[in-house]
Amino acid sequence: MGRKILFVTTDQQRYDTLGCNGGELSRTPVIDGLAASGIRYERAVPQSVVCMPSRSTMLTGQHPRTHGVWMNGVALPVDAPSVAAELQRAGYRTALVGKPHFEPFLDPFGRFTENRIAAAGVPTLDSRWADGTVGPHRGFEHMELATHSPMGALHYARWLQTEHPEAIGGFFAVLDRDLEVSSEGGGATGAPQVKDNPVHRDWYHTDWVADRTIDWLDGLAADDDWFCWMSFPDPHHPWDPPSSELGRVDWRDVPLPTGYPESRAEREKLLDDKPRHWRLWYDGALVSNYEAPSGWVPATLTADQVREVNARNAIEVELIDEALGRVLAAIAARGWEDDVDVVFTTDHGELQGDFGLLFKGPYHVDGLMRLPLIWRPAPSAAVAPATVTAPVGLVDLAPTFCAIAGMEAGEWMEGQALPVDDTDAGERRFERALTAWDSELLGVAVHLSTITRDGWVCTTYAPGTVHDGTEGELYDLDQDPLQRVNRWDDPSVRALRDDLLDDLRTSLPPARAPRLPLEAPV
Amino acid sequence: MRASIRRERTIEVGADAAWAIVGAPDLLHLWFPGIVSCTVEGDRRTITTRTGLAMDETILTCDNLQRRFQYRIDGRPFTEHLGTLDVHELGPGRSLVVYATDAAPAVMAIILGGGMAAALEELARQLESGQGPAIDALAGARRSPWHLPAPIQSSPTPVEAPV
Repeated sequence: MGRKILFVTTDQQRYDTLGCNGGELSRTPVIDGLAASGIRYERAVPQSVVCMPSRSTMLTGQHPRTHGVWMNGVALPVDAPSVAAELQRAGYRTALVGKPHFEPFLDPFGRFTENRIAAAGVPTLDSRWADGTVGPHRGFEHMELATHSPMGALHYARWLQTEHPEAIGGFFAVLDRDLEVSSEGGGATGAPQVKDNPVHRDWYHTDWVADRTIDWLDGLAADDDWFCWMSFPDPHHPWDPPSSELGRVDWRDVPLPTGYPESRAEREKLLDDKPRHWRLWYDGALVSNYEAPSGWVPATLTADQVREVNARNAIEVELIDEALGRVLAAIAARGWEDDVDVVFTTDHGELQGDFGLLFKGPYHVDGLMRLPLIWRPAPSAAVAPATVTAPVGLVDLAPTFCAIAGMEAGEWMEGQALPVDDTDAGERRFERALTAWDSELLGVAVHLSTITRDGWVCTTYAPGTVHDGTEGELYDLDQDPLQRVNRWDDPSVRALRDDLLDDLRTSLPPARAPRLPLEAPV
Repeated sequence: MRASIRRERTIEVGADAAWAIVGAPDLLHLWFPGIVSCTVEGDRRTITTRTGLAMDETILTCDNLQRRFQYRIDGRPFTEHLGTLDVHELGPGRSLVVYATDAAPAVMAIILGGGMAAALEELARQLESGQGPAIDALAGARRSPWHLPAPIQSSPTPVEAPV
């Protein structure tokens, strides 16, 4: 019997939303406890700041340029390498409960396996793996899937439609009549994607994901080794947690985040010092990400709306913390506690008021790029608690799971097992993390790539709809933790900038060719 | 908001062979992945997807001379739609099939674009291998009433005006 793995992901969660990372809005005692007895990473960086590429990186251990999911709406090939398949082949029982998003959700032709599994009401379907083996889809022998909405084809939506159809209308309707992401507002402030949702807490997707995870674990034999990816759809917008929980955080008491400049003139000056697409989006003149409501103009965002969004986000984070606590209690009740590794992270962050913006997009700053990441090794492994300051990436997760299972990392994996402390990080040369954004949607093309190294974050833009290829961003993370001073054109750091760019170009893998097709907007 | 999407695929068969399938509107479900049935009555076509979604369409053009097929999806969520398939002769035994969709809402054009690309791949697979349900249907003489005899002249003198 080996070490078991509980891999917990959330969607679109900021680093500073956890108590262990200095957050003061959410109470997260369960995750904080894991951090106290495990390893807390202070500079965990996604390889993409949107869902599908980032989640594909977690599964494959590859950069987006290698696995090929270059933007949302591009499907990860069915036969892409998968750490879950490697673990299943090694005898692990494997499950994914919650949000997958390796394949598009919008799928009227029923072409994608995630949707077909849910439609068929079966735990998985056979697919062809990277080595030609035929096995459970992407290596998961059990998939129970959910997303942010009670609409659509996935298991949670079908369950709610069948068991509690009266609750569906209480959720925020994510898509409007034109199938665009809705810019409707609600709550007390009219903030976009906010709605008071009367759904019973037990029926909300956070508790559903925990319930279904516990149910799957209950079906395992005591001596099974297992890998369970528990994937919460929250705190991604829409912000419509159960109304019964709104009393946890009164939005009127929420301080404005440090990244939110209250003065409109200051906000606009900061945006004007960045490449053009920042200000263009703020003014509603350019939308480059389908998931940001196209009808919403960020310049209209008010301070009270920022407060209300942050309050609801904090409530959703608390519900996740409590749901995780229930799952850990179920694991303890099975007597597995000493042999379970828990890894907690998210796919990307959320701007949540930074620079007067919400949601996400081609903006490589801490709001989207600094992630919560905690690894609580199995107590039986006797790994000392630590804090790691060296940059690590989500590309390092798949090799970490292999290491926990006592397996060699797949030769296709591009990261390495997470360091257990800074000494380990130094010895194994965790020096840089790479992030890329590519999007071409409705005539708007944006391409940028970023290196995080030596306390700096450096982004270069390729030619696109509003960039000529000379633009960039360079921030000193120590002296400028809010990334307000763009030093791209500062001659005093020109040599550093050029060195970072050389490193970025050398380190980024070549883009997959031919490029995979865009199948859907998301 | 509307969008215009185009996908294309070079296929290693002659244009007449590609058009034999593309220009037969009742064969669409045999090469478009995710469409499970297709019925044609006059200029009306109804398709049903694997998820059970039925779409009513109007056939607008089936031009054997230009090798052009056009159709419109009627009804919600579309407020506008035009699908166009063109088969171009690239040379002996080689053709280019171009599949375009103009639609509002824009999201539907993007979604259809993914299906169109998959359809062109399947079309190429069947045509280049000489095997597949659409090929079988043609061989079984299930010729569409829309199908007229192929053009006699492969490189006609350009017509500059109707008269």
